[in-house]
Amino acid sequence: MNSQNNKQPSPLLSLEQLKVYYPIRKGIIKRTVDNVKAVDGVDLSIYSGETLGLVGESGCGKSTIGKAIVGLEKPTKGRILFDGDDIAGYSSDEMINLRSELQIVFQDPYSSLNPRKRVIDLLSEPLRVHRIVSNGDVSKEVDRLLDLVGLPKNSKNRYPHEFSGGQRQRIGIARALSLRPKLIVCDEPVSALDVSIQAQVLNLFKDLQKELNLTYLFIAHGLGAVKYISDRIAVMYLGKIVEIGPTKEIFQNPKHPYTRALMDASPIPNPHLRNRKKVVLQGDVPSPVNPPKGCRFHTRCPMAEAVCRVQEPELTGDSLHSSACFFSH
Amino acid sequence: MTEMDDLLAVNHLQTAFDTDQGLVVSVDDVSFRLKPGETLALVGESGSGKSVTALSVMQLLGKGSRIVGGKVWFEGTNVLELDDKLMREIRGNKISMIFQEPMTSLNPVLTIGYQMCESIMLHLKQSKKEAREAAIAMLRKVGLPRVEQIMDEYPLALSGGMRQRVMIAMALSCKPKVLIADEPTTALDVTVQAQIMQLMKELCEESGTAILLITHDLGVVAEMADRVLVMYAGQVVEETDVYTLFDHPEHPYTKGLLKSIPRIDADEHESLESIPGVVPVRYQNIAGCRFYNRCPIATETCKSVLPPLAITNEGHYTRCWEVGNIKEGVWEEAYE
Repeated sequence: MNSQNNKQPSPLLSLEQLKVYYPIRKGIIKRTVDNVKAVDGVDLSIYSGETLGLVGESGCGKSTIGKAIVGLEKPTKGRILFDGDDIAGYSSDEMINLRSELQIVFQDPYSSLNPRKRVIDLLSEPLRVHRIVSNGDVSKEVDRLLDLVGLPKNSKNRYPHEFSGGQRQRIGIARALSLRPKLIVCDEPVSALDVSIQAQVLNLFKDLQKELNLTYLFIAHGLGAVKYISDRIAVMYLGKIVEIGPTKEIFQNPKHPYTRALMDASPIPNPHLRNRKKVVLQGDVPSPVNPPKGCRFHTRCPMAEAVCRVQEPELTGDSLHSSACFFSH
Repeated sequence: MTEMDDLLAVNHLQTAFDTDQGLVVSVDDVSFRLKPGETLALVGESGSGKSVTALSVMQLLGKGSRIVGGKVWFEGTNVLELDDKLMREIRGNKISMIFQEPMTSLNPVLTIGYQMCESIMLHLKQSKKEAREAAIAMLRKVGLPRVEQIMDEYPLALSGGMRQRVMIAMALSCKPKVLIADEPTTALDVTVQAQIMQLMKELCEESGTAILLITHDLGVVAEMADRVLVMYAGQVVEETDVYTLFDHPEHPYTKGLLKSIPRIDADEHESLESIPGVVPVRYQNIAGCRFYNRCPIATETCKSVLPPLAITNEGHYTRCWEVGNIKEGVWEEAYE
């Protein structure tokens, strides 16, 4: 690499024109009649030690990106570069070695833990499979993990149902951390938790990042949590990124009309601001089977013009902050 | 203050569940007043009893749970004393309700039109034709496109936001005095949530309908409510108008809750404050304040004696031994 004149470090993970389509099959021979274009051409880089927030409404493809990165979805097209290797086409055998580097924490702490296993089994299984520590040290390592996520040592012999939602999410985090990964995909990790517990878990993510130099892809639909935890934010709409930039920039100077609409629509816990001027979008998100021609947002965009209906805008801007809109610059 | 002046007055409501451990009181001593046209928010975390309070008012509690104390006055009548038939005349007519999940509250095998007309024909005693016209007008009002077509469609054909619009149309079709909205926008995306909140506000202002809004989202409270009730572990811990709640909260739980929201309107914050610990599971057996184990200012008294919901200022009630005049020992109960 021409590292001499390029000061930017190379990314830990980058997506190049990533596409993930889910086929719609019909008829007796299950012919593919169409595709749900969940992710439709995404370029994205995540740098070591940072938190990249990925926001968007349901069905925009944000979770699919997360799953594709950890190998739970097969990309239809495009490349996923991790530490320089294209892992998009990896078989499950090849993926196994990568599992220790790429981990995921799911939204629902109730369904992502096996209810028949005790915490010690849940946490020691990955340690044994990947031979992270010698068999004699497993118990000690489990203690260390529990301590790391703020759970008491006596949790070891309890089952998941004996814990509250927030504590279960801590178990999920401990499990992800057990393999000492470089990157953790956090897929709506606090959405199912109560406000007071949400704050505890968000702070835990922050503390762990500092301590272990972790990199996060933080997927969420709530702007508040994403703003709190992210260094940079990418906004998705219908399978594409419409804006990406540093958190502060995105909030102070949002360029894409969809980003602005998302912010306007987010309820603000301050009644004095309730009569602020806000753009309320009309209608629903169109179907990802047949996304609108031209700019995908034009059907709901308050500033759409003729060109938006025929031509698809590219992500443009500087290397830090860019957006995909003809009228945003 | 008498119960008669208010549209809806709930007095010392207690609702209990039959469990293996015997009768367990879930909603414990909840009181509030709802004036015509007002929006009252019931806010609290999961398990705080806010939904059970609403279901008790509607008398829609499932098997194994029942109201064991208190009164619910609606237009001067204690509705808890009404028989099923009389209650049915109020439910869906004068008091109607919308739920979080528009998918599960619409019948999937009946057309939207059938479900819309059913309650109009029943409560407003209209003919089929009149009801159909009223239903179409109502669906237009909630901003649905191609309404005549939608009338003959099944719920499955609509998106989540559209279904919630249908629910609102249905709930408001009989011009109720009170609309109980239980997490009406929680299942929706933010941009659709904004549409639905705006719609509810406009329609209820127009018809003078009062809203009892149940939510866990303090952002939604700040956008919608006139007055707020904060619930914790089955009890009301604070009640006041929405501005005072956000500007001068008194109860340590309310304060903690407000500080633990990650905000988009503030500049960067270093660290989010959080409330340590979790809501006690068997809070029924706690003699003192139910927030005791998580409270930063708790004293010995708090551990053993339950604080009263007392008046701290005009229209501001708080359940805490460490607040203003209650601390000084001079207080009056908010609800007699």
